[in-house]
Amino acid sequence: MKSILVVGNGMVGYKFCEKFVAKETSEEFKITVFGEEPRPAYDRVHLSEFFENSDAKALEMAPRSWYEEHNIELITNGRVTDIHRGSKTITTISDKKYEYDYLVLATGSSAFVPPIKGVEKKGVFVYRTIEDLEGMMSYANELKKKNPNAKAAVLGGGLLGLEAGKAVMDMGLEPHIVEFAPKLMPRQLDSRSSKVLQLKLESIGLNIHLSKATNQILGEDAITGMEFGEDDVLDVEMLVISAGIRPRDELGNTCGLAMGTRGGIVVNNKMQTSDPEIYAIGEVALYNEMIYGLVAPGYDMAGVAVEQIIGNAEILMPSDIDMSTKLKLIGVDVASFGEPFMPASKGHSIIFENKTEYLYKRINVSLDGKKLLGGILVGDAADYNMLHQVYLNGMAMPEDPAQLILPASEGGSSFGSALDLPDEAQICSCENVSKGQICGAIKDGSCEDLAGVISSTKASTSCGGCKPMVTDLVNETLKSLGKTVKNVICEHFEYSRQELYGIIKAKKLTSFNEVLDTCGVGDGCETCKPLVSSIFASLYNDTPNKEDVAQDTNDKFLANIQRNGTYSVVPRIAGGEITPENLIVLGKIGSKYNLYTKITGGARIDFFGAELNDLPAIWKELIDAGFESGHAYGKSLRTVKSCVGSTWCRYGLDESISFAIELENRYKGLRSPHKIKGGVSGCIRECAEARGKDFGVIAVEGGWNLYVGGNGGATPKHAQLLAEKIDNETVIKYLDRYLIYYIQTAAPLMRTAAWLDKLEGGIDQLKKVVIDDSLNIAEDLEKEMQSLVNAYECEWKQAVENEEAKKRFTHFVNSEERDDNLVFVPLRDQKMPEHWNN
Amino acid sequence: MNSLLSKYTSVKEEEVKVWFKAASVDSFSKDGGACVKYKDKQIAVFNFERKGEWYACQNVCPHKMEMVLSRGMIGDANGIPKVACPMHKKTFSLENGENLNGDLDAIATYPVKIQGNFVYIGFSE
Ligand code: SRM
Ligand SMILES: Cc1cc2nc3c(=O)[nH]c(=O)nc-3n(C[C@H](O)[C@H](O)[C@H](O)COP(=O)(O)OP(=O)(O)OC[C@H]3O[C@@H](n4cnc5c(N)ncnc54)[C@H](O)[C@@H]3O)c2cc1C
Ligand code: SF4
Ligand code: FES
Repeated sequence: MKSILVVGNGMVGYKFCEKFVAKETSEEFKITVFGEEPRPAYDRVHLSEFFENSDAKALEMAPRSWYEEHNIELITNGRVTDIHRGSKTITTISDKKYEYDYLVLATGSSAFVPPIKGVEKKGVFVYRTIEDLEGMMSYANELKKKNPNAKAAVLGGGLLGLEAGKAVMDMGLEPHIVEFAPKLMPRQLDSRSSKVLQLKLESIGLNIHLSKATNQILGEDAITGMEFGEDDVLDVEMLVISAGIRPRDELGNTCGLAMGTRGGIVVNNKMQTSDPEIYAIGEVALYNEMIYGLVAPGYDMAGVAVEQIIGNAEILMPSDIDMSTKLKLIGVDVASFGEPFMPASKGHSIIFENKTEYLYKRINVSLDGKKLLGGILVGDAADYNMLHQVYLNGMAMPEDPAQLILPASEGGSSFGSALDLPDEAQICSCENVSKGQICGAIKDGSCEDLAGVISSTKASTSCGGCKPMVTDLVNETLKSLGKTVKNVICEHFEYSRQELYGIIKAKKLTSFNEVLDTCGVGDGCETCKPLVSSIFASLYNDTPNKEDVAQDTNDKFLANIQRNGTYSVVPRIAGGEITPENLIVLGKIGSKYNLYTKITGGARIDFFGAELNDLPAIWKELIDAGFESGHAYGKSLRTVKSCVGSTWCRYGLDESISFAIELENRYKGLRSPHKIKGGVSGCIRECAEARGKDFGVIAVEGGWNLYVGGNGGATPKHAQLLAEKIDNETVIKYLDRYLIYYIQTAAPLMRTAAWLDKLEGGIDQLKKVVIDDSLNIAEDLEKEMQSLVNAYECEWKQAVENEEAKKRFTHFVNSEERDDNLVFVPLRDQKMPEHWNN
Repeated sequence: MNSLLSKYTSVKEEEVKVWFKAASVDSFSKDGGACVKYKDKQIAVFNFERKGEWYACQNVCPHKMEMVLSRGMIGDANGIPKVACPMHKKTFSLENGENLNGDLDAIATYPVKIQGNFVYIGFSE
């Protein structure tokens, strides 16, 4: 048996093991892996997710047990300190010796720290490992305790720097990006797109400083600022350095392997170093005189090294390496592919720019107009996957290439179906999976659905960027084989939500058990129970009190569960209008029950930290004072935001507050596939942000304009114009129809924007259904809404008035005691739950 | 944090020394859960009315150490009875405590018996 030693258990070192054990000959080898870090390899690409959940396990490439199952010895905390090429051995930090037949160096790189005076000060971090992030988080927490307005800077405005900037912002610090070059992402973007990106980032709160060379880091022991020039100082209390990477090539250097002049271990296209028994892969390897700071080329290198070692000498690393990239910042679409900046001698560029919408798209086309050479997308990278494929596969371009990037409203058209791609098209570049493999898995019958294809081909399991395309391919292939694409709910129901809605309505089923008995199997689960409850609510306006055990936790207790298991309380404040007397009532209740209090982004008041046992008493006081549930916990109408409109505003064209209150009261309690929000503005200045809502109404000369299908959140979308200059009654009529049509046909947890996106024919089709009544259902839709409106009851009122319903609001069934595990800590003049420390 | 978890270890029917009389059957929701206090322990108890079974486990979720499992939804995964934590929907087998959709540590489970109209939970101490 031959021995392979892998030095470095990072993403690429792990991928080497994974690809190796998949080979039949792997039993002839014994693999030992040395990792310097304390834990098994994890997904560095998604490192920033650690800030959200501090869940290191979730990032693991594979658990420790995986290595055992595949007979791989994994030694963590085991830095390799020397290579002795003469005796073909290595030594580790604990002075142990190991022999090898093949040695694979996958030591990656470390963050480059420029030699600036003062970089050793406390509060200066790099962004590479989980330990780096833990350090940053605890430092930031300490800072915020002393100064809630603390500032932090990121040195470097590249791909990683921007990610770090967002992370710093999410930690609650005022974020500043400091870049040496005159533009952001200088390697991927041209000046114009970089400017557009800068405007977008500034609009979400990042402060950007360009053309700044840092002379020194100020501060005694800990950082207090950065000095650029004599009078040019930025006060910051934390700094994250993201100024590039340096290969971890120490081992190659000391054992005399050929090295690049600026570092990196030189490899050939077999991934061999100057010693043919030693391979180098990933970010430590210098190939084509380049270090590729991306994971996909590293994975390819791992594959090549595996093939070479088991004797498939003909498999070599290609010389062209695709450096296309997409930034992973939520809400900020940026991508660049192929040759983003192309000299005019090679082709033409087509550019579309709209700064007001933070949109910039550029494609570079060969001189004969036939080939796509590269491009840049800022603000809307939805077409990235498809453009990237056209580029990679040299596919034919439309007659007028501008169509590829123009918005639909200006004559642009999207591509045909993903099925038009050639079979060799590489869909998942991280795992190197082609279109042929994905469609093949369905066609040859080995897989039946998306989940099967993903687990057998591994497509979309790394960065996930290709998931939409993989989904499309699977669905299209299934359709082409005449199979229906089943969006089944879960193992208990072989139906889609829409089908189940139909069955429940037709058979007039009214309890979860009845539905299971009629058309399901087993006991149900956390997916189908809330879904069925939501259908009941939409059909009969049943409140969660009727069958609380089949509700999601927030619906079950009519309140949102918080980080420590306590709840929030949000009374309805329709349109955001509240009398001073009612404000006093709220203040008294908040203070009596010692609740943390804040104004929400929905323009109403939220109390936090209410214990389960106190919920009925708090709500009883609220109801006695005339308040109602705000349904902040339900997939239902939340708020209809208003501006002051003509009641007070000198520009207002109509009574936006009155109308917002009317709409909010009409649709309150309405259960739906996802939450619904509305807005009413008194003029086009749009202070109520109505176009960011599921429905928005804006007063214009001659009536109201009605917009639908907008939202903020993870994928912001502006609502689209449904009807112009209509009166109050018509707004309500159209809204009734639109909302019920959405409720009946949307998938679970699908906001109106995504639903409208998927609706065949889009807004034009919706106009036909809602305005022209092309399906002849308008009357039914209106009736359905009216019956729901008539059936409305405040569910908190029901709950506090009914002894049986009230029973569920106790922590213990056999004791009046409270949860003894609760710990609150002081926060400014209020309180908050203790931090999670795992 | 570990001191919290160390209070809870699974008990098998044959190891039971104390059958604790928790509460009457009708104080538990049908096809739902509730929390029982026993000494310094919090135990989640579930009434699978549909198939006439009862299960019990620790109330603390090993993910974030909050006392919430009794407020989770119950159901089954391929026939294995389970509870989904209300916080982040990690699911646990109520037969052996195993985390079904992740690799959190298993939770402790306890035997339940119904006698007369009362629910009893089995402890070894
Ligand atoms: C309280 C509040 C934040 C605040 O302190 O201001 C809030 C808090 C939560 N939001 Fe929000 N959102 C709040 C306004 C918003 C807004 C702003 C707005 O409404 O104008 C948005 C963006 C606008 C939009 O929805 O289009 C917003 C977008 C989200 C999303 C993303 C939705 C999406 O489609 O992408 C979620 C996640 C979800 O619903 O799946 C979410 C989910 C949540 C949840 C329910 C998460 C949870 O399950 O615990 C939070 C519950 C807190 C609680 O216990 O009350 N919240 N959330 C705001 C309550 C408004 C209200 O009065 O009801
Ligand atoms: C925050 C962040 C975001 C990123 N985003 C993207 C992205 O969106 N797309 C993309 O393509 N790439 C991205 N990258 C880059 C990507 O993570 C790297 O290309 C990839 O991790 C390289 O893998 P590697 O195995 O070569 O190196 P690493 O993952 O760094 O692994 C090397 C391992 O070797 C260990 N080691 C070093 N020396 C020794 C020794 N002597 N003995 C034992 N062990 C040793 C190190 O401790 C380390 O664990 C990102 C990186 C970061 C930090
Ligand atoms: S939108 Fe702005 S300007 Fe117009 S009425 Fe409302 S507050 Fe006034
Ligand atoms: S606390 Fe239970 S799943 Fe997170």
